Amino acid sequence: MEEDAKGRFSRRQVLAASTALAAATTVAPGGARPAAAGAAPEIVGPGEVRVALRVNGQVRETLVEPRVTLLDALREKLDLTGTKKGCDHGECGACTVLVDGVRVKSCLTLAIMREGAEITTIEGLADGSRLHPMQVAFLERDAFQCGFCTPGQILSAVGLLKEGRPRSRDEIREGMSGNLCRCSAYPNIVDAVADVAEVPR
Amino acid sequence: MRPFAYAQATSAADAVAVAGRDPSAAFLAGGTELLNLMRDGLAAPGLVVDVNAVPAKGISFGEEVIRIGALARMAEVAREPRVRDRLPVLSQALLAGASAQVRNAASVGGNLMQRTRCWYFRDAAMPCNTRVPGSGCPAIGGENRWHAILGGSDACIKVHPSDLAVALTALDATVVTHDRRIPITEFYRLPGSTPHVETALRPGELIVAVEIPAAGAGFRSGYRKVRDRASFEFALVSVAVSLDLDGGTVRQARIALGGVAPRPWRALAAENAVRGRRLTPDVLRAAGEAAVEGAAPREHNAFKVELVRRTVADVLERVGGGR
Ligand SMILES: Cc1cc2nc3c(=O)[nH]c(=O)nc-3n(C[C@H](O)[C@H](O)[C@H](O)COP(=O)(O)OP(=O)(O)OC[C@H]3O[C@@H](n4cnc5c(N)ncnc54)[C@H](O)[C@@H]3O)c2cc1C
Ligand code: FES
Ligand code: FES
Repeated sequence: MEEDAKGRFSRRQVLAASTALAAATTVAPGGARPAAAGAAPEIVGPGEVRVALRVNGQVRETLVEPRVTLLDALREKLDLTGTKKGCDHGECGACTVLVDGVRVKSCLTLAIMREGAEITTIEGLADGSRLHPMQVAFLERDAFQCGFCTPGQILSAVGLLKEGRPRSRDEIREGMSGNLCRCSAYPNIVDAVADVAEVPR
Repeated sequence: MRPFAYAQATSAADAVAVAGRDPSAAFLAGGTELLNLMRDGLAAPGLVVDVNAVPAKGISFGEEVIRIGALARMAEVAREPRVRDRLPVLSQALLAGASAQVRNAASVGGNLMQRTRCWYFRDAAMPCNTRVPGSGCPAIGGENRWHAILGGSDACIKVHPSDLAVALTALDATVVTHDRRIPITEFYRLPGSTPHVETALRPGELIVAVEIPAAGAGFRSGYRKVRDRASFEFALVSVAVSLDLDGGTVRQARIALGGVAPRPWRALAAENAVRGRRLTPDVLRAAGEAAVEGAAPREHNAFKVELVRRTVADVLERVGGGR
């Protein structure tokens, strides 16, 4: 993989690499676990269960124990390591992803619960090689230092805007309070979100 | 996290039936609390019954009651325009809780069943009478800044962390399970000598809804949460108020406190202090004083007593005066 002048990999390279790495088991959408009306629910596990996750538009099947979180399934099973694990307790927001367009913390949900749902991670936010406007805004506003919280910040900001346009910087701060930044890039993060939300300074 | 078996139920009856097969079974809604409890060794169900496909969702506005499905999400309820208009205390309490991501996933039923955030309870290596009956309560002589000033016992001084439950107490709500109805004021148990018994719910009993008398929707109401930071933090003290006003005079009041007791704390004496009165500065002060009647602060939380006095007066004034 070639790095650019700033030592970054291009998105296309990262994407290509992660797709190659991922076990290419593409299957039809699953989600047939709930029992048909009248029948008793099927009990599965505690051993590994085949789960089909629809991530970034692709259905991917993997074997996970019921106790595996969506976060761990994404990172460990699907090699989508853009989603970060900070606290593993719902407190930091680094693991934020969109599930059916809604932002949630992937450390607080089980992979098996999300079979059939549409999951968007940072790897799937751009349109081909065209970055999502929120990604562009984070770059332009220099809204990170170490970058560890950034995927979660960006997904959370995208989710925030889907919930309704924030009208002020205070509303952005409140709406983004579930995402902590140890480098304290907060002012720039608010700037970036404000740009996309068209909130005046 | 201990391994567990998993099932998805599509009806309340199925959920209860399948959970009945394993005495250690736990229901799973949003997972935002259960996953943490399991990860930290505070819960170890052998079977997890996912109830997200049970049709106990949405909010309906009837003539007599407003019914909120147990699987309605915190964000969904808070955003519902009729809730914002007619039950501001409910919307405000929900929005003051957790973070947006958690509110999108967390359900109403799961919220009511969340466990205390007492750091001794949450640390499986520590003694805790709630977790291991008879092991002791390190909070009583220890770090108790967050702990109860009302309703605690020699065995336990935890506080109940739910903002929603405080609002529902002010709204005189009823918890509806798959086979009975429990007024919210009887839902939570004080610790006494059995702190491990926290709610009236039987093992395997499923909450299907919460009902609020529709009359409450005509009242003025509001919530204020005082905490260590402006957002994404549990309450040090919170106050929910619902007022039935006749001009400037209080016909009926319901006042509930959060962050101060092992359960949402209905401040009956404060309600009595305002009933039939106009909310003058003297009456507000008397209500604040009445709210802390019998308070037993510990080494690090005496500040909560004054905080309750002032917050009660402030919320009453804001709600009553339309400020
Ligand atoms: C970082 C963080 C901050 C938070 N801050 C706040 C806050 O400020 N204020 C606040 O009020 N809350 C706060 N919370 C708690 C949050 O509101 C709860 O985690 C959430 O409401 C639980 O709902 P859930 O659907 O995810 O429950 P789950 O995790 O699915 O379940 C929780 C418990 O309830 C049981 N249960 C679930 N549904 C039912 C049912 N229908 N019938 C019977 N039992 C059931 C489960 O078995 C489990 O024991 C916070 C949580 C986190 C992670
Ligand atoms: S890793 Fe999920 S919130 Fe921190
Ligand atoms: S940029 Fe380092 S944690 Fe946010």
